[in-house]
Amino acid sequence: MNEHHIGKGKELRKRLARYIPLYFMLLPGACYLIINNYIPMGGLVIAFKNYNYSKGIWDSDFVGLKNFEFLFTTQEAWTITRNTLLYNIAFIVVGTLFAVTVAVLLGELAGKRVKKAYQTVILIPFLISIVVVSYLAYGFLSTNTGFINNAIVKPMGKEEISFYSSPQYWPFILVLVNIWKGFGYTSIMYYATLVGIDQSYYEAAMIDGASRWQRIWHITLPGLKPTITIMTLMSIGKIFYSDFGLFYQVPMNSGPLIDVTNTIDTYVYRGLMELHNIGMSSAAGFYQSVVGFVLILIANFTVRKLDSDSALF
Amino acid sequence: MVGSSKMFQIFVHVIMILLALFCLVPFLLLIVSSVTAESTLIQNGYSFFTTDLDFAAYEYLLLDSTSIVRGYGISAVTTVLGTVINLTITTLFAYALSRKDLPGRTFISFFLFFTMLFNGGLVPSYMMWTQVFQIKNSFAALVVPNLMMGAFYVIMMRTYFGTNIPDAVIEAGRIDGAGEIRILLRLVLPMSLPILATIALLVGLSYWNDWLNGLYYINDDKYYGIQVILNRMLMDSLFIKNNAGTALGSQLNTQVPTTAVKMAVAVLGAVPVLIIYPFFQKYFVKGITIGAVKG
Repeated sequence: MNEHHIGKGKELRKRLARYIPLYFMLLPGACYLIINNYIPMGGLVIAFKNYNYSKGIWDSDFVGLKNFEFLFTTQEAWTITRNTLLYNIAFIVVGTLFAVTVAVLLGELAGKRVKKAYQTVILIPFLISIVVVSYLAYGFLSTNTGFINNAIVKPMGKEEISFYSSPQYWPFILVLVNIWKGFGYTSIMYYATLVGIDQSYYEAAMIDGASRWQRIWHITLPGLKPTITIMTLMSIGKIFYSDFGLFYQVPMNSGPLIDVTNTIDTYVYRGLMELHNIGMSSAAGFYQSVVGFVLILIANFTVRKLDSDSALF
Repeated sequence: MVGSSKMFQIFVHVIMILLALFCLVPFLLLIVSSVTAESTLIQNGYSFFTTDLDFAAYEYLLLDSTSIVRGYGISAVTTVLGTVINLTITTLFAYALSRKDLPGRTFISFFLFFTMLFNGGLVPSYMMWTQVFQIKNSFAALVVPNLMMGAFYVIMMRTYFGTNIPDAVIEAGRIDGAGEIRILLRLVLPMSLPILATIALLVGLSYWNDWLNGLYYINDDKYYGIQVILNRMLMDSLFIKNNAGTALGSQLNTQVPTTAVKMAVAVLGAVPVLIIYPFFQKYFVKGITIGAVKG
């Protein structure tokens, strides 16, 4: 009995020994994830503390929910939540419609080479850093030297528009910039699904004399539906996060625009780096991490209900 | 039927050409403006046409301003080093994880995947990197935080290994007496060039385009990469003039063509990506497509 037990242990050890090189391969990545990802998760406790630079995160005084009380009594807490959610909803709706349309058009085109050429071109904005994008926007929007003021507004005899201090334009500008930068990427993603739709459906529809629109409506779009659902749900899972560069850099961190450009990410950054209000900043960050996490879980749960193969986990 | 189909093709081409212009036209504005004479720009604003070619902005940036040339150097070194390290760590992790017989595989997968669901956010990360690791104003700040490995690329690569490398290949390697490292280097990697190229490109792009690590952790201009310089020049109009470090710049401080320089510097930031892109284009599209498939 005992001998048998030892034999088994030896066997297990031998089996594990075979995998030691593989565990070594995992080691650098595991260390990096612990440092870069897991330690900061623990660092979220800072939101419940009165942070003191000389004491550090662990030894700073515990203040319970004070930071959250301060945060949620401000008007800003509401503004940043509203902006983050509404912009993301606009991006999801407009972005999806745009990308699906482009994917369908690409699918309808004859000629492989020309399709490739279009795909190559519409991806270019995706490759450019958001900082360069801010310059592109500045080229159009600058009050004195911008293209829109000089080529359109002034020749019409109107007074030039100071875009960087006129909040009313920014919801449109930000949605436009976001679509411009991202539609190529999502279009190609949808196009990849579209290419995978079984060709025999189309052949059958041709024989039945279905028109082009009927084919798109009854075959292509239903074929894209699972991908659209999943991409949308994944975006909903990230609805509490925003592209910091888009909301900070493209409006050039302009004060008069803050009401329509401040999102949770820019708020956290400004609190930390510009206002040195660690309490509020960390409370907003905690709020984002936790609500974001819950939303991802809900989104995934919903995907799994709809189509268990597509769920992330 | 054929006629209407032809009409439809033309219609689709027209739309696609408009979309392509939508993507390209802003770059045209940038490029044309960057080679227009400063006086014309001040008078007529940025424009798509110029009769007044003038390369003074580039002359200034490449000859007189030391910061741009150094910024290019910093960005290039960061990109190469970061990509090599990332690719190494990612490949090792993904390969080990792709082995279906690895004990503890489920836990390790979860350990990896969880980082995509939950994160500590900026404040704790910033505190850790600056207080514990003291990386502020060091080269490490540009390479290490956030970009050195990401769960998404690991999962992409693991999926590729899992579906494209038959178990029999690894088994055969083992029977021949090869160790794991040898199997990975000699058998698996040569069969995985497309995914390696795709991920190298994506990682390289994120390093080249990164300006956040510079924004968070660097305020010594010795370590400014090109994107951080771009950011500073846009946000701080004095930055261009203050950086006219060399003799010419400081003598002719008022003559720095700031309006054109703004556009020229953005062109310089975008050009390397645009030059490399056509060569990697097919890997890039492939990467998006693989990314679309669940890991």
